[in-house]
Amino acid sequence: MVQNIIDVRNLSKSFDISSKEPGLKGTIKHFFRRQTKSLKVIKDISFEIKEGEIVGFLGANGAGKTTILKMLCGLIYPSEGSIFVSGYLPFRRKENFLKTITLIMGQKQQLIWDLPPIESFYLNASIYDLDKFEAKKRIKKLSEMLEIDEELFIPVRKLSLGQRMKSELLAALIHEPHILFLDEPTLGLDINAQINLRKFLQKYNKETNATICLTSHYMKDITSLCKRVICVHEGEISYDGKLDLLLKKLSPVKEILIVCRSEEDAIKLENSGFTVKNKIKNEITIKIENNSITSSLKTILNNFDIEDLFINEPPIDEVIGKVLIKKDYEI
Amino acid sequence: MKFKLFNRKIFTLLKVQYSNMLEYRVEIALWALSGIIPFFMLNIWTTNNLNESINISDVMLSRYFLCAFFVRQFSVVWVVFSFEEDSLMGKVSPYLIQPLNPFFRYFAQHLAEQITRFPFALIIAFFFFIFNPESIWIPNLSILLLSIVSTFLSFLIQFLIQSIVACLCFWTEKASSIERLLFIPTLFLSGLLAPVVSFPAFVKSWIYLTPFPYLIDFPANLLSGNATNISGGLIMQILWIFLLFPLFRKIWSEGTKKYTAMGS
Repeated sequence: MVQNIIDVRNLSKSFDISSKEPGLKGTIKHFFRRQTKSLKVIKDISFEIKEGEIVGFLGANGAGKTTILKMLCGLIYPSEGSIFVSGYLPFRRKENFLKTITLIMGQKQQLIWDLPPIESFYLNASIYDLDKFEAKKRIKKLSEMLEIDEELFIPVRKLSLGQRMKSELLAALIHEPHILFLDEPTLGLDINAQINLRKFLQKYNKETNATICLTSHYMKDITSLCKRVICVHEGEISYDGKLDLLLKKLSPVKEILIVCRSEEDAIKLENSGFTVKNKIKNEITIKIENNSITSSLKTILNNFDIEDLFINEPPIDEVIGKVLIKKDYEI
Repeated sequence: MKFKLFNRKIFTLLKVQYSNMLEYRVEIALWALSGIIPFFMLNIWTTNNLNESINISDVMLSRYFLCAFFVRQFSVVWVVFSFEEDSLMGKVSPYLIQPLNPFFRYFAQHLAEQITRFPFALIIAFFFFIFNPESIWIPNLSILLLSIVSTFLSFLIQFLIQSIVACLCFWTEKASSIERLLFIPTLFLSGLLAPVVSFPAFVKSWIYLTPFPYLIDFPANLLSGNATNISGGLIMQILWIFLLFPLFRKIWSEGTKKYTAMGS
């Protein structure tokens, strides 16, 4: 039985936020009497993640997904509730715990800007107590996997964003962590760099059975990497489950464009009881429920003279977009 | 074994930071040049014959200010500014989840900068001796070694003071403003502008209870050969380190609980 590597119970986080009214009056008032209020950004959430799982955290900007990741890796202190990651309380930042995790933030870097990435890699290797031989071996392996062998000796400031991101990944993975926290790792990368990064993460997960917690606004990251998603809405979990179940729930019907051989066939099809969205000459678009798609298509192909047909999947961004603005999705 | 591994971490950090600092050699040369306040002070003191009131000869006074310049060069600390920027911009976040306190990075950065600064400080000293040939002297080896130790202890005290102030970032966000307050006593009571011996006896007795005279005055007097209580000074330096270190640990552990990882 696969064990839970992350166990979160009734977790909450509040931040003290100071507010200021606009204008000179507001500025003076703010100077003498600062008004702060406690804002609960994470509200009593619970979930578990199993070893080797890749879980996507979905949510609109400010929903709280990055705050959850920061608490999971021990960067910030929770206000209430409990978190156990790999058996440790993350915020205590015990050395053995820190050696099992890594955090990669798409918009933040840890590489030394004016030096080639190789210097940062060796530095990280010594921070994680790797000897030079082992460090060399891992740098070679990871740089081959990430295809950045040639960039290792070029100062970071001269690298492209994609090359820099790959180098960041290498620096963050040199100690072979078992749990990866990735906060928008493909942010700002071009399509090819995004694809390569996803492939690498899949490979890393497969080879090391690492657990990956990921946030991203690029739906392709989520759909190609995560089987399970946790949707966060205003600090609460609005959905926790399989991604394909969520998609089915959110878009229960598919649209099928059927091109008939003649207009008469199209009229016959229009009157055969299917839900028709529109009809233009011999082309007709019908809506079929996901669970009856095979039987319906069989009926159509057997009874009508069909020239061609196209199944239109609703755009994933559009579908997931719905979950980001709604609170509860019960499956 | 653990100690060996720790040493390796620090050595690698130092090596990497030194490579990094070499990228900024022109900037470091300018910083070294900007530390010549003691020479201006020497000029004010000798022009106005102020040294007569404290029974220090012109030669000894010029040696004192040269040594003050050297001690300052190798004990200057700016960790509060670096940490404040990194903390506010969220750059400190990746370092916080590594098994090494991020302050070791800053520590290595400072040491690496001092190594880079060394040749420039020597060049400035060379020019100082050209204009003041009567001040040339060779300190004996034991005094030189003790002065190096004392300068390093002075650096440690300043680093700890600034690190404690830097940790206030977790509460105030603008900890450098507090550091500005500390800058005033550091400037006046450390011996940078005037040897502490020139202060009235009553003030002096209070000053010696603070860490400030052990930052520049004591190591500079030691190196320049002026009369000073060597063991007393070294003990006070060590005592301040023992006092400040646990305070830093406490404020660090409390502060990190307040960290909000802003900007990341």
